[in-house]
Amino acid sequence: MNKLRTTLLAAMSLIAANAAHAEMSGNVVKIGVLNDQSSLYTDLAGQGSVVAAQMAVEDFGGKVNGTAIEIVSADHQNKADVGSNAAREWLDVGGVDVIVDVPNSGVALAVNEIVKEKNKVFLISGAASSALTGEKCSPNTVHWTYDTWSLANGTGKAIVKTGGDSWYFITADYAFGHALEKDTAAVVESNGGKVLGAVRAPLNNADFSSFLLQAQSSGAKIVGLANAGADTTNAIKQAAEFGIVAGGQSLAGLLIFITDVHALGLPTAQGLIFTESFYWDNNDATRAFAKKFAERDGGIHPTMIHAGVYSAVTHYLKALAAVGADSDGKAVVDKMKELPTEDPLFGKGTIRADGRKIHDMYLFEVKKPEESKGPWDYYKLRATIPAAEAFRPLDKGGCPFVK
Amino acid sequence: MTELLGISPQALFGQLLIGLINGSFYALLSLGLAVIFGLLNIINFAHGALYMMGAFVGWYLLQYLGLGYWWALIISPVLVGLFGMVIEKTMLKRLHGLDHLYGLLLTFGLALIIQGLFRNQFGSSGQPYVIPKELAGGVNLGFMFLPLYRGWVIIASLVVCFATWYVIERTKLGSYLRAATENPALVQAFGINVPRLITLTYGFGVALAAFAGVMAAPIYQVNPTMGADLIIVVFAVVVIGGMGSIMGSIVTGFGLGVAEGLTKVFYPEASNTVIFVIMAIVLMIKPAGLFGRTA
Amino acid sequence: MTRSVEVLRTVFAGRVRHEGGRFPLLAFGAMVLVFLIAPLFIYPIFLMNVLCFAIFACAFNLLIGYAGLLSFGHAAFLGTAGYITGHAAKMWGLPPELAILAGTFAAALLGLVFGMLTIRRQGIYFAMITLALAQMVYFFYLQAPFTGGEDGIQAIPRGRMFGVLDLQNMMTLYFVVLAIFLAAFLLIYRIIHSPFGEVLKAIRENERRAISLGYKPDQYKLIVFVLSAALSGLAGGTKAIVFQLATLTDVHWSMSGEVVLMTLLGGLGTVFGPVIGALVIVALQNYLAPIGAWVTVVQGVIFVACVLMFRRGIVGEIVAKVKSRSSHSK
Repeated sequence: MNKLRTTLLAAMSLIAANAAHAEMSGNVVKIGVLNDQSSLYTDLAGQGSVVAAQMAVEDFGGKVNGTAIEIVSADHQNKADVGSNAAREWLDVGGVDVIVDVPNSGVALAVNEIVKEKNKVFLISGAASSALTGEKCSPNTVHWTYDTWSLANGTGKAIVKTGGDSWYFITADYAFGHALEKDTAAVVESNGGKVLGAVRAPLNNADFSSFLLQAQSSGAKIVGLANAGADTTNAIKQAAEFGIVAGGQSLAGLLIFITDVHALGLPTAQGLIFTESFYWDNNDATRAFAKKFAERDGGIHPTMIHAGVYSAVTHYLKALAAVGADSDGKAVVDKMKELPTEDPLFGKGTIRADGRKIHDMYLFEVKKPEESKGPWDYYKLRATIPAAEAFRPLDKGGCPFVK
Repeated sequence: MTELLGISPQALFGQLLIGLINGSFYALLSLGLAVIFGLLNIINFAHGALYMMGAFVGWYLLQYLGLGYWWALIISPVLVGLFGMVIEKTMLKRLHGLDHLYGLLLTFGLALIIQGLFRNQFGSSGQPYVIPKELAGGVNLGFMFLPLYRGWVIIASLVVCFATWYVIERTKLGSYLRAATENPALVQAFGINVPRLITLTYGFGVALAAFAGVMAAPIYQVNPTMGADLIIVVFAVVVIGGMGSIMGSIVTGFGLGVAEGLTKVFYPEASNTVIFVIMAIVLMIKPAGLFGRTA
Repeated sequence: MTRSVEVLRTVFAGRVRHEGGRFPLLAFGAMVLVFLIAPLFIYPIFLMNVLCFAIFACAFNLLIGYAGLLSFGHAAFLGTAGYITGHAAKMWGLPPELAILAGTFAAALLGLVFGMLTIRRQGIYFAMITLALAQMVYFFYLQAPFTGGEDGIQAIPRGRMFGVLDLQNMMTLYFVVLAIFLAAFLLIYRIIHSPFGEVLKAIRENERRAISLGYKPDQYKLIVFVLSAALSGLAGGTKAIVFQLATLTDVHWSMSGEVVLMTLLGGLGTVFGPVIGALVIVALQNYLAPIGAWVTVVQGVIFVACVLMFRRGIVGEIVAKVKSRSSHSK
């Protein structure tokens, strides 16, 4: 009986000592970059996001309150089960404190639940679904770079206002595509346009011919591509093959990254209009970042996702230093919401109660080949959407803990 | 424009055409499978992976050796066919006499290896392959815009399919092949080198797959997983057509492509399953397939 | 119908014929011991993954090892149960034991349908038609709204088993899963060694003679097919509760291929083989995950090696070696 009591006392004092110390679990801060490293979203995030995270850690000084920072990464292969198993193992036994990036909204939604359950931190740069700060919002999640609502609001509104008032969607058949189609359709209709129809295409689809034909026969003025990465570039290339644009219809790429434009080439991509939250050639700070990034990533210039990873990780480390301990994810996220973000890459911004990061969005148009001075000089700025208007209003999201 | 059952002619013919294009690939691939099954009694699960290899060889030829599409159409089937013959000689021969299911399992394993190696190297997003400039552009047919390349695919497949059928059903070489299927020992006794015939046949079937791969490269992107889901559909085609029947696979391949295209117009949700539903029905009514002889 | 019930009864009535002396009992004891201690050293979620796939492989082995039927569509049963269990637990609020039962039952029903369509075929045709039927199921689930398509059914609640056991607790969950596995394993052992199992073996060895003795092979094959499907469903439903996720991966034909691999590697027609096979393959996937596509290559190599050289699988080879040594020493 005495032995039991001494053991209990010893255990309790250990726990008390730990609580008083408020230190970093496992004596290291581990950042887990989870994204697609082998499939259609490799270029827009992939290894580049790992590089961006590394740059953020180095620029922060490599340590948080004296504790070392480590970065690990994994490939979710665009599968919800692979992604959630990786996340679960990282958080259970891998000592990871924060999961970053996760393009592919289906995987992100799954990881969102796991991170919430285990009270760690989830910094989303790659995923797009606006549900992540809507019905599926979580006090442990910050949705950084962009979302489907802001894309729809930017691109959709702009196109309708210039006369594109009948739409037909080709949608990637999973969470992201559905969300993007839904948000864009809402914008089109509220601005006086009409949605004539939509067709669902599988994720990572190679042949869009039958979907493009359906878009063609609908007679819609605008063919909205509610997909991303290689799906978008394939659709655009094949649209050219089938004479879609020559036949009088226009393509609206609802989510385009600079790596897509690079893959398509300016002759094919010229004239595309879309919304992004970052362009490497915006100002001196972004140019400096892009130069360093390109040196480390084989000449590739950063997409907005890469920039988002950098900024989100930097802000996380700032908040973590202020809080002092990494075991309570919600506390760190609360701190992130408390501190304003002043960012070399995204400018002035804040993080809202529902986890939505607020910053300016930009409407870009792809330059004509003769307007470009060299590789990666692809965009011209059409409009700036101020932060206050760029994202869905807080009360319209349906986030349960924001009332 | 007059409408047929509520569908515009543009949509209908467009989807029919795409159905014919898909059907061309089904026909070419199921032809290779039927040839292999007819002679070796092996369900070649690796057929999809070899099709993919054909496309990659074509891509490689263009990317690194500057050899374009027309070269690839010849070189790729030869190279991949040789690879197929090596597989047959080193591995498939050892299964001779065992339950046919082991052949299925072995080729399944081979498919995993080939696909895994390519995925390792190239990721699972596609490499672009440009349409050869002779076939670029299209022609406006009035009810739809037909890209020239896709028209070429249909014609080339028809030619190759019927050439193969002719060789097997109407020439002396073909008759040796058909005889060896029925009674290898007797044919061997007549002095024909049956094992070599089998190796060559496997190589030929594989070469057909590689040919289809090169043809697919400009349309479907060169992608390590391009054969994986296609192979299951091709199995269904072969089973419906009749496992060893050459004409069966050709007709069924094109026919099912068209059926799929039509389903896409009238009942899109079912377009993926229509081939399997047809297969289930055929297997229940006529188990040997539409053109097959009862096994 | 009543005939089938009578046949089914022979699974549970009648004497069980053990073979191999003490060996099965010792092996079983060793297996239980290993799984009891393992969670202290190894990540329990990984172990539960192994256990679920072990049930799946043992269920598959019933069909191929004892009835001689190679099904290339077993993923349909695993995945169906996963979706039904997930839906039942999440949308209908059923407690985990009822949700898993619902999944198992759904799989059994699907097994009955598949079985009635396929049982008259043999060999290659049987494999091909099961593959095609499973593909239909896959594409149905891809479209059906309740499955969530590419996203899957997420955030499946673990709940409290029988109202008391809190499955959110990893260790509690582990022992529940272990109990399910052992129950399934013992049931399969029972099926194999019962009079029903004896007839099945007879049919596999010489169907004509079995018919001449008055047995109806189709009936026996159908029953074992449904049993195999149901137990695969048990694996799928349990897996859905453990991982709180049900996705298309579980109904894809590559999953059908994986269970074939596990059983082939472990040893077709052996009692413990599928468990070993499942352990090896799941461990492979886990530890090679950082190097991505090599997992597929290694699995392919194992397939090829097994077919060419180790047709009896790990356990089969061990048993054969032991037998030859004991007959040599005589």
